[in-house]
Amino acid sequence: MSDDIRALTTRLAEEPTSLAFLELAEALRRRGQLEAASKVARGGLGRYPGLADAHDLMARILSDQGDLAGAFDAWADALRLDPMRTGALKGIAFLYFRAGDAVAAIDHLQRAAEADPDDESIAQALARVRRESRAMAHRTTPAPAPAPAPAAEPVVVAQPAPVTVVEPASPFTELDGGHSLVLVDANGLRLAGSLPAPDGGETGDRVAAQLAGVSREATRATRLLGLGTWQTITVESPDAHFVLVRPTGETVLLAAREPSLPMARIALVAERAARAAKIWLERVQ
Amino acid sequence: MTDAQVVLDRVTRVPGVRGALVASAGDGLVVAEQLMDGVDGRAAAALAGSLVGRLVRTADGAGRQPPAFVQLRAERGSILAAPCPNDLVLIAVVGPDANIGLARLEMLDAASRLA
Repeated sequence: MSDDIRALTTRLAEEPTSLAFLELAEALRRRGQLEAASKVARGGLGRYPGLADAHDLMARILSDQGDLAGAFDAWADALRLDPMRTGALKGIAFLYFRAGDAVAAIDHLQRAAEADPDDESIAQALARVRRESRAMAHRTTPAPAPAPAPAAEPVVVAQPAPVTVVEPASPFTELDGGHSLVLVDANGLRLAGSLPAPDGGETGDRVAAQLAGVSREATRATRLLGLGTWQTITVESPDAHFVLVRPTGETVLLAAREPSLPMARIALVAERAARAAKIWLERVQ
Repeated sequence: MTDAQVVLDRVTRVPGVRGALVASAGDGLVVAEQLMDGVDGRAAAALAGSLVGRLVRTADGAGRQPPAFVQLRAERGSILAAPCPNDLVLIAVVGPDANIGLARLEMLDAASRLA
């Protein structure tokens, strides 16, 4: 055991409620002792479930362990607690790039760059993802992924970006998880998508009608209160979570999911659907 | 100190919260408020109340239960709302650096106290 890990272990034993678990778990992770790191981090997370640093740390460990879905959820939890957390934004960008979604990766890196303009590693990652995504568009062989800033150890190979074929009938056909999405125009008419009720009936048109003018109303509220342009509306119900975004100035997109899915992850689904909807609208209009 | 003032006191202690108020969901009238200078309580109550009402109807249209918490996120902050069972809605206006996770927990707890 190295001196620093011994010292941190002693400190944590003397003060079990301290935040020393963050340093200790990170030190263990860096030494490749992932099981021990995970145990320490989970203990700390149990005591501090509202601490974004703890979720970020857990995500890095899970990423190193190869549990990418778990890492995604943990980074999404960190972002829910701290939406400007650059480590989590970079981590999710890395996972999106690995999955071949360069657009979503760039989007998250841009948000990270806005949150911390002085972090050169973000600008470098952004440049690299852009370069790789351009290169991938011209070749079919796998390319190396950009180094994930928060968890640099794993050597990963990105899959080529999938070629998205957007069917004119629906912008969500090719989306992973493209269900329970509704695109609505400013007059409350459903443009695309569907929204099944728990009993299986279709509710898309009823929901679209209720959403007529919601964008104008949200715009008025945020501007009058000096908050600028609205970006998302999240709605938590006991039996469903909804996220509203606006793909264009005249449309609103609603994504609905079961409440067991973290809200930050539903927001990611909505963002991806909004991008697909925007492309689709440009084609059909 | 009334129940409403007690819960507003707790919500406004959360870092980044610029103000909170309790309003009637039906007509948007302010029941109690605790706001920083520059936050228009009547506008927040009327607009957020109307928006929450619309989202309640949206959830109903989707065959789902009424919302327990709503966040309207904007460039420079958010409006948070927690509908209460007795036709009241608890509203908070927060800055971009607010601890929204903590504000959400306080508001959900407060909304149950106002029931």
